[in-house]
Amino acid sequence: MSNKFTRRGVLKTGAGAGAGLALPTIFTGNVWAAAHSGYTNAPQGSSVTLGFNVPQTGPYADEGADELRAFQLAVEHLNGEGDGGMISTFSSKTLQGNGIMGKKVEFVTGDTQTKSDAARASAKSMIEKDGAIMISGGSSSGVAVAVQGLCQEAGVIFMAGLTHSNDTTGKDKKANGFRHFFNAYMSGAALAPVLEKLYGKDRAAYHLTADYTWGWTQQESIQAATEAIGWKTINNVLTPLAQTDFSSYIAPVLNSGADVLVLNHYGGNMVNSLTNAVQFGLREKQVNGKNFEIVVPLYSELMAKGAGKNIAGIVGSQNWDWKLEDEGTKAFVQSFGTKYGFPPSQAAQTCYAQTLLYADAVERAKSFNPCAVAEALEGYEFDGLGNGKTLYRAEDHQCFKDVLVVRGAENPQDEFHLVEIVEVTPVGQVTYAPDHPMFAGGALGSCNPGA
Amino acid sequence: MDAIILQLLNGLDKGSAYALIALGLTLIFGTLGVVNFAHGALFMIGAFCAVTLSKLFNISYETVDPTRKDFLGNPLKIKEPYLEHWFGHDLGATLIDWAVPLAILFSIPIMIAVGFIMERGLIKHFYKRPHADQILVTFGLAIVLQELIKHYYGANPLPTPAPAALTGSFDFGALIGFDPNVVIYPYWRLVYFAFAAVVIGAVFAFLQFTTFGMVVRAGMADRETVGLLGINIDKRFTIMFGIAAAVAGMAGVMYAPINSPNYHMGMDFLVLSFVVVVVGGMGSLPGAVAAGFLLGILESFASMNEIKSLLPGIDQIIIYLVAIIILLTRPRGLMGRKGVMEE
Repeated sequence: MSNKFTRRGVLKTGAGAGAGLALPTIFTGNVWAAAHSGYTNAPQGSSVTLGFNVPQTGPYADEGADELRAFQLAVEHLNGEGDGGMISTFSSKTLQGNGIMGKKVEFVTGDTQTKSDAARASAKSMIEKDGAIMISGGSSSGVAVAVQGLCQEAGVIFMAGLTHSNDTTGKDKKANGFRHFFNAYMSGAALAPVLEKLYGKDRAAYHLTADYTWGWTQQESIQAATEAIGWKTINNVLTPLAQTDFSSYIAPVLNSGADVLVLNHYGGNMVNSLTNAVQFGLREKQVNGKNFEIVVPLYSELMAKGAGKNIAGIVGSQNWDWKLEDEGTKAFVQSFGTKYGFPPSQAAQTCYAQTLLYADAVERAKSFNPCAVAEALEGYEFDGLGNGKTLYRAEDHQCFKDVLVVRGAENPQDEFHLVEIVEVTPVGQVTYAPDHPMFAGGALGSCNPGA
Repeated sequence: MDAIILQLLNGLDKGSAYALIALGLTLIFGTLGVVNFAHGALFMIGAFCAVTLSKLFNISYETVDPTRKDFLGNPLKIKEPYLEHWFGHDLGATLIDWAVPLAILFSIPIMIAVGFIMERGLIKHFYKRPHADQILVTFGLAIVLQELIKHYYGANPLPTPAPAALTGSFDFGALIGFDPNVVIYPYWRLVYFAFAAVVIGAVFAFLQFTTFGMVVRAGMADRETVGLLGINIDKRFTIMFGIAAAVAGMAGVMYAPINSPNYHMGMDFLVLSFVVVVVGGMGSLPGAVAAGFLLGILESFASMNEIKSLLPGIDQIIIYLVAIIILLTRPRGLMGRKGVMEE
């Protein structure tokens, strides 16, 4: 659970546990507040502790490991070690390599297991026992929503990792939560014009959708975006999250009249459903006088690796790619690649950026108080972190930036070139109103400092 | 009609995997009386035999191409497999392409050895313990094995494709009078079905027509009496454990191109396979095979949109629903014998 186990930590844990037993609720009450200078886990002494909550076991463990590498790199750079990475390209110049507000950055880690209850438990442990003042990471929207809710109750900032569901900054948004990663609506908005250009307006789509929050919002978004360019939707079939063999779901596609299959799947689901679709000859099939096409709205490098050659020619979207040529990306890839021997994933980039953004917000706010940090992040415009000019919108705490449309490479030169960038969709094309119906139903609420 | 034929083929294909795993489970239960929850892990290790051989065949030496750059801007290292260097490009590439079928030969001794070590090293100590203890220890073993695999191979699925000659789809419909490309089915899945039929047939023939098999069947029926005849039935049962492990392993090898192997794939199949064994009847080999195909077919039909529109969610519960119905009407399963697991 934690990589920090010191005498002081044990004493603090004991004190925390004692306080917890004395109080009906751990996050409220005068004793807790007084001990923490008006907000939860106010740093005492010369260091500050961040909590990185990533999947270390379970199906997304590899993605979690990459997130953790990025977090470690970010902490090194914040503390003035290494080459500084994107600190030198970041438009804000508050970070000087002397920690955050002069305090050395330390971190503890938790294992989300990609399960909401386990993720909440590990985040709670890092907040209560290890004194983490900010929680970041994760590789699933279900987990992000759950941990974001916990951080709101606890009075710490949550800097989400990889979470793509509209709900994270839609109906489940919270004042203490911030998302740098793009979302399902943005994927649809970025993909639709490219799909129109590549495959035309007269298309009939069949959707296979993972039956959980991310799948539903992804499907809703891509259906709306493709119907807006004239495509018809033949069917949307929900598939169980635990499904491994998708042949029974692929077979009905063959003679459905559809000429596009949209796989609203992620991770192992996507690897298997795409592999099965290719096995059934869908890539070679002709329907309605057109080549049958497959679309995977959300891509990741690890998924591309898992799907192997089946990914060739398949179009999807990404938040970021190491092959971008801006200075921020170059600095980050150089730094990460030199340390670990391979390029970073988009999950790594978003986690690295979130850590720097948090540190910068503290420096600008001149306080670790989560409400001051949230205020510093709200409406903040920045550049140099790999995604071009970006806005952290105040109304929903969602980052707005360019979105990449990518395609599986036909003949990759090596294992790192499995996807190629088709288009960088400008931010204006993926921006939506804060009260857009796909994001309706929740309220940001007010910031909770925990005291 | 085309949809029904496609789902029937899917069902036979899924049923092949269920039947192969359930066959091994039943062999172990029938001979040793052990409920082996690590059997799914054996299937997974088999799939990773295919991954391993593929990786071994792809071990490469590096040459530097100064005209191209890697992601850090250094001269690009080009990898060429030793096999292509030693045997020429064509033969080397063919060997790499056929790594999965060749992995069957590679997996048999490995799986027999794994089975032997599992049985002698751990499971034999639990023969006289309650079934609950056996389930706990073998389930724990399964977790250890999958974590070991994850440690060395990672959590991400590893693509392990079928030979190029066996990728693509076969126009099955054209054979039975449909228009071209209406009922198409992947070649490799047909190969998997044929392979499963051969292995199942071979296991039955081995038990039916060899002296060794006769003794094993006698031991399954009455272990004590066979022992009194001076036959070392334990030794034969250990060999049967190795054979069951090899069957699970081969099923895993052949499954690798269907879905990219990952460390968790054994667990995905384990629960379903146990349901198959229970539905077929504990200890009944023909029951395990019949139930494997029956449940595979029913699961596929339950995924049809027409069925799901009538009974939403039926695809997720059909196997368990059928299991409940069969166990209520035939408590010993389809072909279960009296006295097995009833004491």
